[in-house]
Amino acid sequence: MVQEVPVVWLAASSCTGCSISLLNSASPSIKNVLVDEVIPGVHINLRFHQTVMAGNGEQAIQILEDTAREKKGSYVLAVDGSIPSGDTAGYCVMGERNGRPVTLEERLEELAKDALVILAVGTCASFGGIPAAAPNPSNARPVRELLEDKGIDKPLVNIPGCPPHPDWIVGTIASILLNGLPKAEDLDDNLRPLAFYGKLIHENCPRRAYFDEGKFAKKPGDEGCLYELGCKGPITYADCPIRRWNNGTNWVIGAGSPCLGCTQPEFPNLPFYQKLVDVELPVIGAYWTGEEEDE
Amino acid sequence: MTKIVIDPMTRIEGHLKIETTVEDGVVKDARSTGNLFRGIELILRGRDPRDAQVITQRICGVCPQSHGVAAALNLDSAFGIAGQIPDNGRIIRNLIQGAHVVQDHILHFYHLAALDYVDVTDVAKYDGKDSELNSVKTFIERGELGPFVPRYEGDYRLPPEVNQMATAHYIQALEIRRIGHEMVSIFSGKIPHSVGIMPGGATCTPSMDMITSYLWKLRTVQDFINNVYIPDVLAVAGAYPDYTEIGTGCKNLLSYGQYDLEGGEPDVTKQKRLYIPGVTSADLKPGKLDVDKIAEYVTHSWYEDYPGAKHPSVGETKPNQDKEGAYSWVKSPRYDGKVYEVGPLARLAVNYANGDPVVKELVDSALAQLKAPLAALFSVMGRHLARALCAKLTADNLEKWVLEVKPGEPTYIDNEIPEEATGFGLTEAARGALGHWIEIKGYKVDNYQCVVPTTWNASPRDENGNPGPIEQAIIGTRIRDKDNPYEIVRIVRSFDPCLACAIH
Repeated sequence: MVQEVPVVWLAASSCTGCSISLLNSASPSIKNVLVDEVIPGVHINLRFHQTVMAGNGEQAIQILEDTAREKKGSYVLAVDGSIPSGDTAGYCVMGERNGRPVTLEERLEELAKDALVILAVGTCASFGGIPAAAPNPSNARPVRELLEDKGIDKPLVNIPGCPPHPDWIVGTIASILLNGLPKAEDLDDNLRPLAFYGKLIHENCPRRAYFDEGKFAKKPGDEGCLYELGCKGPITYADCPIRRWNNGTNWVIGAGSPCLGCTQPEFPNLPFYQKLVDVELPVIGAYWTGEEEDE
Repeated sequence: MTKIVIDPMTRIEGHLKIETTVEDGVVKDARSTGNLFRGIELILRGRDPRDAQVITQRICGVCPQSHGVAAALNLDSAFGIAGQIPDNGRIIRNLIQGAHVVQDHILHFYHLAALDYVDVTDVAKYDGKDSELNSVKTFIERGELGPFVPRYEGDYRLPPEVNQMATAHYIQALEIRRIGHEMVSIFSGKIPHSVGIMPGGATCTPSMDMITSYLWKLRTVQDFINNVYIPDVLAVAGAYPDYTEIGTGCKNLLSYGQYDLEGGEPDVTKQKRLYIPGVTSADLKPGKLDVDKIAEYVTHSWYEDYPGAKHPSVGETKPNQDKEGAYSWVKSPRYDGKVYEVGPLARLAVNYANGDPVVKELVDSALAQLKAPLAALFSVMGRHLARALCAKLTADNLEKWVLEVKPGEPTYIDNEIPEEATGFGLTEAARGALGHWIEIKGYKVDNYQCVVPTTWNASPRDENGNPGPIEQAIIGTRIRDKDNPYEIVRIVRSFDPCLACAIH
């Protein structure tokens, strides 16, 4: 007998980039994830995802609400996008009830309280991200804050990234299916799985030697460390340099561009193309002390 | 009188509600409501102008690349370096954007639109040896059919063996569009939300292995477009011939043009492009694009009112959800005061109107196979066909362009942020005409305005009460079964709406 794991995916103030990134999963493929037994004996039953599902309107909402009722305590809730709240909660609505639009803030509360586990997929759901950037016109908030406000105490895993690498999403889900819910020691203070977010970009960067020698690129396309062009690698936790993106094709620094720091709570509030200021740089094994520029 | 509300409108990007009133089986009125406002234009204010290239990609994770290009062109123009981008940089921008748009068209037909026409459950009757189809059969036999069921029922017309083949193509297309993203990544680091395009050109250092890798991934995608995608669109159009007449719409088409073919031209409207900037209408006569004729109304949108319409160079975005008479977060862009549709159909029609021989041959031969007149372009199936043919035309040109990249030569020209400047950038996203406008003061963004493809297509009524393109395409349609209003969702999806884009 194959175990069916119900999953519902709520899109709040999102751009759908997290879902498209998940679609790029190479091994397992997205077809393996949704149609096959993603691990032997377990099938992910994606019941609600508005970008993917065949159903329309009312019948789609019905499935969402039935899942919350019939699969109480056993469904996975994935959320992408931060959630407009308070007076501006109406800036993000989906479906109607008694002729009135239902806000994503309400949907999140209803679905979170009976979920097995909640996955905040992407930096917006994890930390607020783009919609919450100053001046945060919609008062958008991350999942964690809203759950705390509503007194909902459910296991939550943040999978940030703008978007997250598909391996981070699929890997987190597979780990839950195989090993159960993550333990406190599996996550960092920001509730990110250490398996993927345990090291700084800077620690594994192939241009690290340039940093240590103080050889810095002055413009995109130059050889050298991209630190002076604004690279956020020294403060950003993710395994991009070793995992690489799009089926291992390339990654941000591989394309000659500074890391934007997109897995961090600070994203996108630091200017992308300006040198980091006031940060304590890791100088693991460095020859260069950071005190003087190269000649 | 019956009211049909579809909320959420699924298998599109984002939060869209479609509300219609039906009388005697015919749609009398339709309203398109965009349901998510983030205020990205407001978030850009006060930032380093270069950040626009990063932030505006996040308007949409389905079409980030085109925002990256629009932002870069916008900043090139504001920084006074438009026309100075090295050829390598110009070509690499085309390769990045082109690969992205081609995979997006494939994704739209198979993964967003096809489930309205293809009955996946027919795979239960499959008795062959294809392992992918047999795994789908196993999936069906397990009995939990999400996300493929529930759905509207009662109008699946393809025979079982065609449904089975189309399901196999749905799965194959997942792989093909992923390869399309790998092509983007070669020159642009990662996707969605890539990094390889900046004001000044492109950031990567091209090498021969990147060129050959791109070329051979492209060949795989081209093979799929020619031998699977286009034949499938023709097969679906053949089985649903009434949809070459349903969803006609406003019949005014606008394209900003796409893919700069030459360097050295600072005026974006004079650029020689693969897709020609211009307008056309039902008569398919060519018209020149005049950027000054673009203006946005907010009469029925949730923003503070202003008199008349505003050109995006002086556009404003002041949310007000309590406004009387407003019903959407989407503004209402109009061209010369009139309603215009944008998208692959517009791109193709503008080139057709200008006598582009390659496009004429593509369109005429496809329509001949369907035994359909030129007027059939203005329909649900016309839009799907135009999208497929644009995918082919773009992919065939990518093959030429990738071989024009010069390994080791510059891709980028140095530039400085001006203290005060204005600029704009126009391109085509997968879904149609995309424009960004900027005003810089004190080296920072003072105002940033985006007019995005679905802003045009999903717009609400304007000051003069003219419904937007999607609304017009629905109004007048006969609905056969109000509990399964296939007609409405098929019309809406033919526009490939993207609401995160439309509102931003």
